[in-house]
Amino acid sequence: MVSHDSHAHAAPQGFIRKYIFSLDHKVIGLQYFFLALVAVFAGIFLSLLMRIHLVWPTASLPFFGEIKPETYLSLLTMHGTIMVFFVLTTAPQGGFGNYFLPIQLGAPDMAFPVLNMLSFWTTFLGFLVLVAAFFVTGGAPLHGWTGYAPLSALPSAGPGEGLGADLWIISIAIFCIGALMGALNFITTTLDMRAKGMTLMRMPLTCWAWFVTAILGLLAFGVLLSAGILLLMDRNLGTSFFVPLVTVNGVLTGHKGGSPLLWQHLFWFFGHPEVYIAILPAMGLCSQLLSVFSRKPIFGYRAMVYAILAIGFLGFMVWGHHMFMSGMSPYTAFAFSIMTMGIGVPSAIKTFNWLGTLWGGKIRFSSPMLFAIGFVSLFVVGGISGPFLAQPVLDIYLHETYFVIAHFHLIMGVASIFGIFAATYYWFPKMFGRMMNEPLAKTHFWLTFVGAYAIFMPMHYYGMAGGLRRYSQGTEVGWIHKLAPIQQFITFAAFITIASQFIFVFNLFWSMKKGEKAADNPWEATTLEWTTATPPPHDNFGGITPVVHNGPYEYSVPGAPRDFVMQTDAPVAARH
Amino acid sequence: MADTVVAREIPSVYEPSLFGTYSKKIGMWLFLMSDSLTFGALLYAYSYGRISTAGWPTPFHSESIVNATVMTAFLLTSSLTMVMAVRASVERNAKAQTLWLLATIACGAGFVILHGMEWSKLIAEGLTLPMFPAVPGHEVSAEFSSVAKSVPQFPSTFFTLTGMHMLHVTLGIVYLGVVALRRKFIPILLALWLIAWLATPSYSPFHYGVHVLLVAAIVISIILWLKPKVYDSSDVEVAGLYWHFVDLVWMFIFPLVYLMSARIL
Ligand code: HEM
Ligand SMILES: [Cu+2]
Repeated sequence: MVSHDSHAHAAPQGFIRKYIFSLDHKVIGLQYFFLALVAVFAGIFLSLLMRIHLVWPTASLPFFGEIKPETYLSLLTMHGTIMVFFVLTTAPQGGFGNYFLPIQLGAPDMAFPVLNMLSFWTTFLGFLVLVAAFFVTGGAPLHGWTGYAPLSALPSAGPGEGLGADLWIISIAIFCIGALMGALNFITTTLDMRAKGMTLMRMPLTCWAWFVTAILGLLAFGVLLSAGILLLMDRNLGTSFFVPLVTVNGVLTGHKGGSPLLWQHLFWFFGHPEVYIAILPAMGLCSQLLSVFSRKPIFGYRAMVYAILAIGFLGFMVWGHHMFMSGMSPYTAFAFSIMTMGIGVPSAIKTFNWLGTLWGGKIRFSSPMLFAIGFVSLFVVGGISGPFLAQPVLDIYLHETYFVIAHFHLIMGVASIFGIFAATYYWFPKMFGRMMNEPLAKTHFWLTFVGAYAIFMPMHYYGMAGGLRRYSQGTEVGWIHKLAPIQQFITFAAFITIASQFIFVFNLFWSMKKGEKAADNPWEATTLEWTTATPPPHDNFGGITPVVHNGPYEYSVPGAPRDFVMQTDAPVAARH
Repeated sequence: MADTVVAREIPSVYEPSLFGTYSKKIGMWLFLMSDSLTFGALLYAYSYGRISTAGWPTPFHSESIVNATVMTAFLLTSSLTMVMAVRASVERNAKAQTLWLLATIACGAGFVILHGMEWSKLIAEGLTLPMFPAVPGHEVSAEFSSVAKSVPQFPSTFFTLTGMHMLHVTLGIVYLGVVALRRKFIPILLALWLIAWLATPSYSPFHYGVHVLLVAAIVISIILWLKPKVYDSSDVEVAGLYWHFVDLVWMFIFPLVYLMSARIL
């Protein structure tokens, strides 16, 4: 017999044990959530400065003064790093996953509460180290969130590449360690802590998504960690893993024999799974919400599960599509290209299933649902450009342009953020015991939805017309100069969209204090978090362990007393 | 099998877990999976460097090979003593368990010390990284220093791979120490740190490397403060998994960096 009693721990006493070094997965989830909230505003602020600079190149900006080309690169690097690691990887998985995975599985906590706490504080430390890069001599690094060598490997290569770049790498390494601990915990919890009756095929798709995301994290972050260590060694011990014989300003660097491509392989072996780490939780959540708010079972549950698994699996075999420009053999490029387009298949399965779920449903357009539908829209529009980029021939033209920026912002940036918003509106009542204000939420949705398209759609055209990414200014190049109105339009759209995020923040904090009191199951949903008190007690279910009889999507069951059957209700005959 | 030692025959309120085993064991297997990717990336970097570098040197004379063989013997023996420790824990023989764990630690420490001496010797003789400080008053071997100059990839990959492995063995020793002695191990660890720090000269990379022990002591104190508990036989088994894994990694590193770089005259 297996013992689980070691997981239970007494409710903590005292402020520090309760809120700071808490072992409770719910508190840790909120800690992750608020860390991501701080991070996202830092990231937005940097993007705002970049947008202003692109349109008014000579304007002097707060904190940074006049923007030099290298300052622009620092902004770009820190924006990307903060967003990818500390927002898109932190909130959906560390935040909501931590809070709701154990509850949805019927467990009292994560499998390893101490490890859970350590992983949050590790991540937090990583964030502090990253932000510190702004304040050291030379400022933040210039090498982009992908940290391409040799730029990232040579302290002499630019102002931010000194101590700032070291801090950047250390921060990433710390983040990797935190993410690894988290991933290990998520997987063990899913495998080992499911309540009686919660078979794998009765898990909500959210749990499946968190589970597969954790597997991706477990396998990907270890590689990035190694790559980061090697990069640090190149910089500080004089090794030459990533640096060939190069000069900086005519001076030999003393390195020789290394290969920048080695960095690209290691980075993208992590980097491609990472983009799915960012989006899979949102996919799981939106599957959940579409079913809840259409009052219909999810269309093709099994197909959804297999699609998540297939995406996770294929995600490890396509990293080369970020390197078509590197001069790789056309055969290799061909293989990566085919594989990449292969990922389109499970992605399309998911999309059709989402539409199938909506089809004929009694749809309730509450704010979480709006964001879930918005997610589907953004996922499709942002995903469509993927297969274009997956053609090596097209990609060689598009790679350095705004087209790629448009692709990944729509799909990874905004779509995942929509997932985070949907999760916030949906779970806020459970987390804080109050409802969020619905009219404000809807206003927030429409402004953000239209705003996101207004920002990122024009970037496709700007990119196809040859507008280059990573350049602080294009105004002096004739043909790019003609496109300046597009850049202006984007910047104005960004102003409005960013401003409307304050509606969200206001709503969040106002509703915590003043929102309408929430019932235990305000959305009439079926999964376990809605069977327990609001907010859930320390051990999630008040001393009992739930027993599960039904699948997670029993809506509009013929003959049932209500239009939903909770997972703990008496069993209904399985339909499918 | 060994899982039966966690025999608390309460009817479970959970779904049966994967392979009917307990969380900590699953967790350790998962850690080992991710750690093999961490090592995998380093081995990939090594292979990449080795394949793309013309004229990869083979400078290790019989002296180095013999030394590495003795190190290997230490590690293999430690795996054996580890098995004995797990066995003692299954038989609930607390005293034998502690003794076998300490024997494992001793073998591991033997490995690390021999390895550290080997490193120091190579560095002193010129097989070094560009930014390791020069060792005062030591004759540099022409062969080694020319290798370091002409193929910097050689010392780079050597020190990275073996260094990462050495770190794993060191942390393994700390881990076993905590399992064997719990709280009492913290002062021992701090003493070890201080001694190692004072005993290594400031030009040696180990002078800085030993701070790992200090960090480990801090982390362990936090963990034991949050979760003071008595370790049971499952902890010994899980620690054993880690220890055998670290051994296994050496079985890749030894042939790759030593045997395949041996000078066979
Ligand atoms: C059918 C699906 C997809 C295909 C075929 C696809 C294809 C590609 C290709 C070929 C590139 C390389 C473009 C270049 O750098 O020249 C790329 C870049 C990128 N994709 Fe996708 N993609 C897909 C889905 C996704 C998803 C779901 C995400 C994130 C959630 C994502 C995030 C990214 C990111 C972040 C980059 C750019 C990274 C950078 O260079 O900074 N993609 N995609
Ligand atoms: Cu990719």
